[in-house]
Amino acid sequence: MKLFDRDLWREVFSTLTKNITRTILTTLGVLFAVIILIMLLGTTNGMKNGFDKLFKGTATNSIFVWGQSTGKPYKGFERGRRVKYTFDDIKLLKENIKEIESISPRIQLGNYEGVSVVTRKGQSSGSSVYGDFPSIDDFAKKNLEEGRFLNQNDIENSRKICVIGDDVYKLLYKKEENAIGTYIEINGVYFQVVGVYRKNKNVSFDGQNTVHIPFTTYQKAFNSGNRIGWMAITVKSKYDAGIVLAKIKKLLKLKHDIHPKDTRGIGSFNLSEIFSGINAFTMVLQGFSFFIGIFTLLAGVIAISNILLITVKERTKEIGIRRALGATPKMIKRQIILEAIVLTVFSGLLGFVISVAGLSYLDSKFGDGTDFPFLNPSVSFTQLIVSFTLMLLLSLLVGLIPARKAVKMKPIEALREE
Amino acid sequence: MIKIENLHKSYPMGKDSLHVLKGLNLHIKEGEFVSIMGSSGSGKSTLLNIVGLLDVHDEGNYYLNGQLIENLDEKKAAVLRNKFLGFVFQSFNLITYKTALENVALPLYYKGVGRKERQKTALEYLEKVGLKDWAGHLPSELSGGQKQRVAIARALVTQPKVVLADEPTGALDSTTSNSVMEMLKEINREGMTVFVITHEEEIAEETDRIVRLKDGVIISDELTNKKATV
Repeated sequence: MKLFDRDLWREVFSTLTKNITRTILTTLGVLFAVIILIMLLGTTNGMKNGFDKLFKGTATNSIFVWGQSTGKPYKGFERGRRVKYTFDDIKLLKENIKEIESISPRIQLGNYEGVSVVTRKGQSSGSSVYGDFPSIDDFAKKNLEEGRFLNQNDIENSRKICVIGDDVYKLLYKKEENAIGTYIEINGVYFQVVGVYRKNKNVSFDGQNTVHIPFTTYQKAFNSGNRIGWMAITVKSKYDAGIVLAKIKKLLKLKHDIHPKDTRGIGSFNLSEIFSGINAFTMVLQGFSFFIGIFTLLAGVIAISNILLITVKERTKEIGIRRALGATPKMIKRQIILEAIVLTVFSGLLGFVISVAGLSYLDSKFGDGTDFPFLNPSVSFTQLIVSFTLMLLLSLLVGLIPARKAVKMKPIEALREE
Repeated sequence: MIKIENLHKSYPMGKDSLHVLKGLNLHIKEGEFVSIMGSSGSGKSTLLNIVGLLDVHDEGNYYLNGQLIENLDEKKAAVLRNKFLGFVFQSFNLITYKTALENVALPLYYKGVGRKERQKTALEYLEKVGLKDWAGHLPSELSGGQKQRVAIARALVTQPKVVLADEPTGALDSTTSNSVMEMLKEINREGMTVFVITHEEEIAEETDRIVRLKDGVIISDELTNKKATV
């Protein structure tokens, strides 16, 4: 006899529909368990997607290094000496540390976090002015509203152009005035605006009150020579940014005669740490959801097993009759296990449908990810398959218990039962 | 058809054991209509259970249809029951949520007969017991006599070698008892071996041969007058 025997299924359905109220109540446990499991997985997926979107356009495996004042006297230098980097340092790092993928230097007008006066037609703003390479945009993508960002051509020709942030635009321009092609003045030098960017929904380091000009233009206009302010470094994705940062610091300390144990001479920021923290957070959340979901499911399936145990007890006589009529223990067992599976699968599928519907409702309500990191809450096909398989296996296992009980009694004893 | 040699059976009762069957010898040939008589506790139900492969004996030999019954596991017993034996119980033992037709068809299902043929055969046997029009009814919608006729149809549907009837009229009034016994006689006339267990003298009188059991031993084994005069 086959498993897909129509009569076996008829047998199963006729026993399950015999006491329909109990059958429905039995399935509720698994139904809710599946809803909890899928909703938990879906919402944590939504959070993960939300975070992923937040960091989209941000080079997550990147570090930033700048010069600070030294904290220890060393090799005849006093403490409090200002460490300054040049293009030689970039060359040195690129040659010696092969884990580095790219280095984008930046130089800033004024001191670190300094503000420069930018003027246009009598209006002025206190903004940060940066000399940048186009590759700086890889670290945190600018949300360009109009025009373009710096390009290689600007660098090669030291063009006197600039890209400004939204805040600068608001301070210097009238509402809806076209900024592209106009000029702004910084320290007596005029720059033509080629792009305006707005605050984006992703991570932003620079803010909007900034003016970006080509690095080479900066060198010429403000006579900065070989100096650089700080460098944004991307590390090849297979390497750990923290270790690479340590190497970079060691090398730079040696070059700039900083005490090896001086923690202040080189300022740095490891972006990948933030990301791995958030990644770990969402991963733990996902694991935890799965854990809770699976145990709820287990509880639900055990409830099914329990009810089947009771029904088996109630059906002792019926089972005795069936066996007297020639049902082998295997046939009886198969029927009971199939009942467990049908109950579980039915309620499980119903739970899947309800929770997927619930998730798409959440998606339509909050899923655009503008207000908080929550985007496209849904479960993956793999997660569905894994949950479903697990559920099936569990039901098979717990079905075995009542099935064994059903055939444990001798048919003659079962027949005597009233 | 049924051959029993020196059959013993005892049940453990706490520390002691209750010796129920104490060395029975019985030979029932094909086509016989036999009744086992005895008061309660005489061991007649135990004998029926052993003959019906619902229970196993301790000692002695049991041949069913020439086959020695030994080392019987549940699976083998189930197959043999399905193949050789048809049961009629005192309390009918119909499955309550199945219709008369489904009840009759059930042994065929366990035999592995296809669905259409099962329905057809079951209906034939229901017709035979005069309940064709009741095929779609649940047991709860049938009278006691009708239920027992459904049970008889169910016992016959697999064309067994022996029909075992355990107090088939025990739950019926005298009129319906008579009709049930008439039916069993009819079956027997068609060649079926029928083995009835009863404690009612009138019922036993209807059969061809009466085996009297007392305290686990056979005290008499004789043909009834009816048979003798025929």
